[in-house]
Amino acid sequence: MLAWTGFRVRRFLAEFGAISRLLYRTFTYTGATFKNRSLLVKQMYFIGTGSVPLVLMIGFFTGMVSALQAAYLFKGLIPNSFVGSAVSRAIFVELGPVLTAIVVAGRVGASMAAEIGTMKVTEQIDALESLGINPIRFLSAPRFFAAVLMMPILVIFADCIALVGSYVVSNFFLGLSAKVFFDSVQRLFDVKDVLLGLLKALVFGGTTALLGVYVGFATDGGAEGVGKATVRAFVLSSAMVLVMDFVIWTVISKA
Amino acid sequence: MIEIKGLKKSFGNNVVLQGVDITIRDGETLAIIGASGCGKSVLLKNILGLMKPDHGTVRVDDLLINTATQRELERLRVRMGFLFQNAALFDSMTVEENVTLGLREHETRIERSRGSANQQPKARSQTELKNLAKEKLNLVELWNKEESKPDALSGGQRKRVGLARALMMDPAYMFYDEPTTGLDPVLSDQIDALIQSLTQKLNVTSIIVTHDMFTVERIAERVIYLVKGLVYFDGTPDQLKRSEDSEVKKFLHRYSVSDH
Repeated sequence: MLAWTGFRVRRFLAEFGAISRLLYRTFTYTGATFKNRSLLVKQMYFIGTGSVPLVLMIGFFTGMVSALQAAYLFKGLIPNSFVGSAVSRAIFVELGPVLTAIVVAGRVGASMAAEIGTMKVTEQIDALESLGINPIRFLSAPRFFAAVLMMPILVIFADCIALVGSYVVSNFFLGLSAKVFFDSVQRLFDVKDVLLGLLKALVFGGTTALLGVYVGFATDGGAEGVGKATVRAFVLSSAMVLVMDFVIWTVISKA
Repeated sequence: MIEIKGLKKSFGNNVVLQGVDITIRDGETLAIIGASGCGKSVLLKNILGLMKPDHGTVRVDDLLINTATQRELERLRVRMGFLFQNAALFDSMTVEENVTLGLREHETRIERSRGSANQQPKARSQTELKNLAKEKLNLVELWNKEESKPDALSGGQRKRVGLARALMMDPAYMFYDEPTTGLDPVLSDQIDALIQSLTQKLNVTSIIVTHDMFTVERIAERVIYLVKGLVYFDGTPDQLKRSEDSEVKKFLHRYSVSDH
């Protein structure tokens, strides 16, 4: 048991070190990525535009469920006219960034791991190096920066559509007019909530891309290995989004 | 010139190379043979710096691979071409994009880092790159496949594209990792003929890792036979064939039994 724990701790530390090193090396190509933007733009399109329909759908239903849940919790305690305030703050600070990040972890993080993992097991990464092309610059940096840039934009989309969703439910099921609902949103609106949500989106985007790329580079064992890497990237990214959410909350609450 | 001294490489408990010493002169065509798992491909990857030696030194021209920085390795690899065993084409790109990628990235990097006073030529235009890709693809006898994706190509065509990609930057060194493995005898013959004609036309230093004795006899000037991670034989293909050594005979016999 002790040996097993020791092995797991050593492995965790080794992986943490490798991920930190990948992050550092990715940052060293910041200038190169923004000077030669074609790779960055391609990834921004894939991560951003490609994820919009899914993010909109998730955002809309999240908004609707949040409104119903708020009304359920408020019953007999707080008037329904406060639903807009409660739901909007929850969406801006928590639901928007976290749910969007988990959707992106499933779609983008896993696909990055599968693509880079396949390149690894079919020697395409070696082929890149043999052409004098650094795989960190060519594969990791554009994906990382594209995710960091696009995630806040996706979260803004998710926030807006979630508000629409919660208004639709508030109007149809709770009988709140547009004026009552949006006045309620405005009453407790704080721009800091939105900024905190966007900061989270930025961190979650980077975390998802970094883990997807890391798992891809660490893939071995042929097609089976690629399958495992895809699942691992999704599980790791989703879990890390929640861990980072907690870390950010802890830091913010101490500040 | 490539100079390898006392090269050792292990993966965990698996010792692959146990102290290899080889000197490869400029313009030479060398074949490295040996049974599967004897360390042939690992040796090639150590020369390219895709792997770092555990012990010993690998020197290409004046660059010591062991201590070379990433930048130095990238600059060196521009002068090297590598044909991978399974061609290792980038599946998301067309044939033309595969062939031009190295040169495009290299020239973009040079242009980016160039100062205003620098006299280096400008990066090639899209049309120039297109024409150059066509030229290299024709050199490997592949026509009208520029827009195809790798998955639409046969095994032999993939190897040709891999070869064209390796030749794109006019390398001084060409490395071939089992160029005929997995191909039928007719295609193997075609690839051998192609490598032979390129070696003569381009006057490059060629290192071919193979266990195909037809390839060795047809192309190589010198053969190195690796056994258990050590150089067991170093000579001409003719000397190898006439060798009375039992280990060499065992390999040649196995080859003759499996290939005839």
